[in-house]
Amino acid sequence: VSTVADLGIAFGRVAFVMLFVLNVGGLLTWVERKQSAIMQDRIGANRAAIFGIRLMGLFHPLADALKMLAKEDFRPARADRFLFGLAPFVSVFFALVAFASIPFGDVLRLGGREIPLQAVTLNVGVLYVFAMLSLGVYGVMMAGWSSANNFALLGGQRAAALMISAEIAIGASIMGVIMVYGSLSLQDIVRAQGQLLAGWIPMWGIVTQPLAFVLFLTAGMAATKRIPFDTPEGESEIIGYFVEYSGMKFGMFAMADFLETVVIAGMTTALFLGGWQVPYLVADGFRLPGGWHLALPHLLVVLLQVGAFVVKVSAMIFLLMLIRWTLPRFRYDQAMRLGWLGLFPLSILNVVVTGLLLLAWRSS
Amino acid sequence: MRVRQRFYLVDVLAGLALTARHFFGNMGRHLARALGRDVKGAITYQYPEERRPYAIRLRSLHRLVRREDGSPRCVACMMCETVCPAHCIYIVATEHPNPEIEKVPARFDIDLGKCVFCGYCVEACPEDAIRMDTGILEFSAYSRAAMIYTKDMLLALEAAGPDGRPTSPVPMPAGPRP
Repeated sequence: VSTVADLGIAFGRVAFVMLFVLNVGGLLTWVERKQSAIMQDRIGANRAAIFGIRLMGLFHPLADALKMLAKEDFRPARADRFLFGLAPFVSVFFALVAFASIPFGDVLRLGGREIPLQAVTLNVGVLYVFAMLSLGVYGVMMAGWSSANNFALLGGQRAAALMISAEIAIGASIMGVIMVYGSLSLQDIVRAQGQLLAGWIPMWGIVTQPLAFVLFLTAGMAATKRIPFDTPEGESEIIGYFVEYSGMKFGMFAMADFLETVVIAGMTTALFLGGWQVPYLVADGFRLPGGWHLALPHLLVVLLQVGAFVVKVSAMIFLLMLIRWTLPRFRYDQAMRLGWLGLFPLSILNVVVTGLLLLAWRSS
Repeated sequence: MRVRQRFYLVDVLAGLALTARHFFGNMGRHLARALGRDVKGAITYQYPEERRPYAIRLRSLHRLVRREDGSPRCVACMMCETVCPAHCIYIVATEHPNPEIEKVPARFDIDLGKCVFCGYCVEACPEDAIRMDTGILEFSAYSRAAMIYTKDMLLALEAAGPDGRPTSPVPMPAGPRP
């Protein structure tokens, strides 16, 4: 009986994360249309309706999916059959599984069990997310290579170059966070962010590692391949790894970009915004620095923490969308220069300064 | 390039502040509108249902003005046909039954596929018999031939209301979709 329950719990954890990421990713097409419209004093897509009910355009993602499924699935005559079909699945798969080790809550105690609120408990969670994000680029490169199209090949090559320059910066900027909190497990990093600095400032990553936050966010945006770092797609240059794709396969590439946005938002939340931490909320309720205490039941605390995680991820997605609809795109050479001559040295500098400060702080 | 611009960050934040101000301002106005306040969160006109106000002097689809007995006020003087720079008006004159009126058009065709909406015909007309005040802009057809409006079609049209909206029905494309 207990193994069945354990299996069910494991399944539930994975299903929660899976459905959360998939639904938020699908909803992002709507968020993208509506948020950009409201930023530009427009209304945005609102015509898709079921029996005259429009729901502020919420049916547009549905209509998109139907349209893409109904479109012709075109494959160029000289394309590599196997890789051409495999590429979008690789892209979506790695974007989807990357979220697995990001904790969405603390441990839930229910009926004598301790359920970690995280799809997979990994003690190297940071590296796992990082690795999955890196593997995602193989789908893009495969798409560019197998299309038998020079422009697609250029797009795939650009994606690879951008990914490498962004990921070195991501890795190096995470290093500072790992040094401060002393763990590679995302759950441990989030727990450590619950401490208070000087007795009243929550020790979130954005407080202890402000430079790393900016660097990670910039490199993370580059990893999503969206504007301002859309050189692999290059809409204005008609270069792009998916120029030969149509129908749902094209939709999957678009979906992968949205899923990566969710992953980057989740990663930023876990590393820099305290993950599921609510300020001054500890295991038995609120404890303010002045000694004031409000006891809360365990379930409510867990619910508040999961809610805080969702709110923080949503806020990060809003910020990423705001950046995407505000900034113009970088030219290819500008993106490369920013990655190699801007983000990379700065993140190395961040590691050195963090190390020196930690050394001084621990020896004092 | 100034040092500040080389580091992007300050200018990026300034840009984000601008777009965020638009976003939250518009969201507030959308919310106020949902609560019944008369503000607009977007400059959009939701066209077919909602039209932008037309200028009073807008030149829209032509109409032929009628006498009290319903016959055209036009006396087939050919002024409009002569002045038309697009040569889109075609008139065949005939005798009017009333001896006090010299002529009447037997045919009065306007090829709207050629018309440039300059309004010269309206200005040239000595009888105030042709006007461009119907407020109708969305006439369309499936063929060039169907774009030719005849005397009866033009006589049936009415002037736009005081709000600039058409009062006569918008002519829809005749015939089956090709």
